[in-house]
Amino acid sequence: MQRFIWAARPGRRVGVNTQHFIEEPILQFASDVGSVGPVTVVGGRTQWAVGGLPLLGSREVRAPAGVWSHEPEEMTVRCGAGTSIRELNEKCAQFGQMVPFDLNPEATVGGALAVGRSGFRRLRYGPIRDFVLRIRHIDHSGLLVTSGGPTVKNVSGYDLCRLLVGSLGKLGCIAEVILRCLPIPETTLWLTGTGDPFKIYNQLYRPSSILWNGDQVWVCLEGVKSDVESQAALLGFEEVSSPPSFPTRGRMSLEPKALRGLADDSKDWLAEIGVGVVHCAEMQTPAPLSDANQILMSDLERRLDPTGRLNPGRELVAT
Amino acid sequence: MPRPVEKPLLDELQTLLGDRARNEDFELGLYGKDGSVLEGRPAILCLPVNSEEVQRIVAICRKYKRPFTARGSGTGLAGGAIPVGDPVVIATAKMNKIIEVDLDNRIAWVEPGVLNLDLSTQLKPLGFHFAPDPSSQQVCSIGGNVANNSGGPHCLAYGVTSAHVAAIEVVLPDGTVTVLGDLSAEPSGYDLRGLFIGSEGTMGVATKIAVRLTQNPPEVRTLLLDFADVRDGAATVSAIIAQGLIPAALEMMDHRAIEVVEAFVNAGYPTEADAVLLVELDGLPGGVENGVDIVRRVAEAHDVGTVRLAADEAERALLWKGRKNAFGAVARIKPDYYLHDTVVPRGKLVEVLEKIYRIADVHNLIAINVFHAGDGNLHPILAYDSREPGVLERVHAAGRAIITASIEAGGVLSGEHGIGLEKRDYMGMLFSEHDMATQDLIREAFDPEGLANPLKVLPSGSRCSDSFGQHVPEGAWV
Repeated sequence: MQRFIWAARPGRRVGVNTQHFIEEPILQFASDVGSVGPVTVVGGRTQWAVGGLPLLGSREVRAPAGVWSHEPEEMTVRCGAGTSIRELNEKCAQFGQMVPFDLNPEATVGGALAVGRSGFRRLRYGPIRDFVLRIRHIDHSGLLVTSGGPTVKNVSGYDLCRLLVGSLGKLGCIAEVILRCLPIPETTLWLTGTGDPFKIYNQLYRPSSILWNGDQVWVCLEGVKSDVESQAALLGFEEVSSPPSFPTRGRMSLEPKALRGLADDSKDWLAEIGVGVVHCAEMQTPAPLSDANQILMSDLERRLDPTGRLNPGRELVAT
Repeated sequence: MPRPVEKPLLDELQTLLGDRARNEDFELGLYGKDGSVLEGRPAILCLPVNSEEVQRIVAICRKYKRPFTARGSGTGLAGGAIPVGDPVVIATAKMNKIIEVDLDNRIAWVEPGVLNLDLSTQLKPLGFHFAPDPSSQQVCSIGGNVANNSGGPHCLAYGVTSAHVAAIEVVLPDGTVTVLGDLSAEPSGYDLRGLFIGSEGTMGVATKIAVRLTQNPPEVRTLLLDFADVRDGAATVSAIIAQGLIPAALEMMDHRAIEVVEAFVNAGYPTEADAVLLVELDGLPGGVENGVDIVRRVAEAHDVGTVRLAADEAERALLWKGRKNAFGAVARIKPDYYLHDTVVPRGKLVEVLEKIYRIADVHNLIAINVFHAGDGNLHPILAYDSREPGVLERVHAAGRAIITASIEAGGVLSGEHGIGLEKRDYMGMLFSEHDMATQDLIREAFDPEGLANPLKVLPSGSRCSDSFGQHVPEGAWV
């Protein structure tokens, strides 16, 4: 027990690196979450309805905001979970870096991770969960839990970070994160035209995004100028200033090859080729879980939040 | 005292597997070891050929409350596959089929015993590979890579195993078979796939794995840079990254490593250098050329000796052969070695390297450094001769001091080898007791009876369900 009290004291550090500091606002957030009564963590309310609306009467709390350290030579950034994506990327951009979440800039980092949906450049950069190096969260008893570590590579202990991404805050309230950054590419080019998006995917080397609405294709190419130009020349598409607007209400998750089956569908949708996400106008029900996974997930919820006080109303596992 | 093997347990396993369930002394002895310096002993060795057999073995173990430890190729360096607590060892070596290559989804379903390099070799004509490439890739298995969330030189740009696995069929410790994750972009529910990867066999046994396929780069350039001062080499690493360039790989070898490797592979490494950097750039031609220019410029600003650009594939392969065989080459100096694995911020590489040399001096050992400099992942090798009385105590004391120095510099316990048995008692250096208790709660959801690879990852104190005693059993060499 001694070690926990020691580690949880503000300003105390385990090593000589500032990454080990526990900022005062984190302890304030821990106290806000407390240990009794239902709480709902509020972020930017940009994906508020995902997983169901919070239980009425649940106490609203906000995670601390602020970029606490950005170490450009380490390509890592440490911030409060309440920091907006806008602020995060403005700070990173000062050193030519980015965290390619591609979400509403008013979304918070913690909210984006709790919802777990990746942005439209996932094809090249991977899902947002792979940018998380360390998470400090407040558990159901109001205590601080650290998982992962401050370095770009780490396999010390179980990977709770990935468990928390996409958990809708039901296993713990994200307080602080350390994220990996990437260099902003020299050139970003959006192109549009018509053609078979699956053939285009196989023609290109690591495109950042290929979007398709059943008729028109949009491609995002990034890298040094000469490479972007040579890849663009393979397509003969027209340059556009930005991606198309995304249908926002619904979202389907399919296997990448299942997107071929969308061709006959006349509904309003935009598919991420090679990824399998379909942005659509209608609300979609998530695919059902297998019995074994449902049992495991319910058990994890019971263990990590025995009274169901964290973000009640949100649902990942049907009860 | 070892727990005796119940005759009905052995009978049931032999009825299921025939002569693939074994308990001859000699063979059990072989399966008691892995790539670490630790040693244990299986109660029974099982060599299943498919998921159904794994499921039946686990169910039988559960019936007799006998722990089980899954094992891939046994190349792990943290003792994750060391059988402690008299377990049945489930070796996946015979589950070695590539089940399906699905290019439309850019994944391949493989059995856990498929060897890492075999998979990439098979995929090469199709233009793809499996990105994680541990130094042991000629012999390590994909199942082992999943258990340890393994890395490798090219993980600097491509990420470790977790980023390259879409789904895993798992036999849970209660004998249920389930698939964690799926091939869709955003599977429903919690990311149990992500949680399972790196859990070192404590949450079940992987029986089928859907790995993501990575496009082979159209252009690859490999450079060897030598420096008269290791500090310039390390500063070059940080400066390359600070320029916004992430090479595909950025490896460093110190003077002693260069000497042993050159004597072993004759790759033309400059033996007079204090350090060399092996830098690989891949991708489209423009980006690669641009990268080569940046590396040259940065290195020149840091007093590089020579810059050698591999002229062809043969020279590139030779440079990599030196790096990938460095650990074996150590045998030229001493018959045994202990390989460590910690990560520090890139900016602290020099400081921690200097500490490592001092620690080795104090303990009268030889330290050799060959490591993934680009992500700050140190791999100090302590070379020794186990016949020297008392040397192992010195090796362990030095190891602990290296881990302490790394954590004090803002680093972590392990970058890619895992915690296993070797580092479980160091977890408290990085995590609070409450952090570890939380990790244990999660493990327990998968394995309430504590049968899956007991005594690994978390120190005994944090595992309330630990029914195998507080300490590593007698006979396990820790």
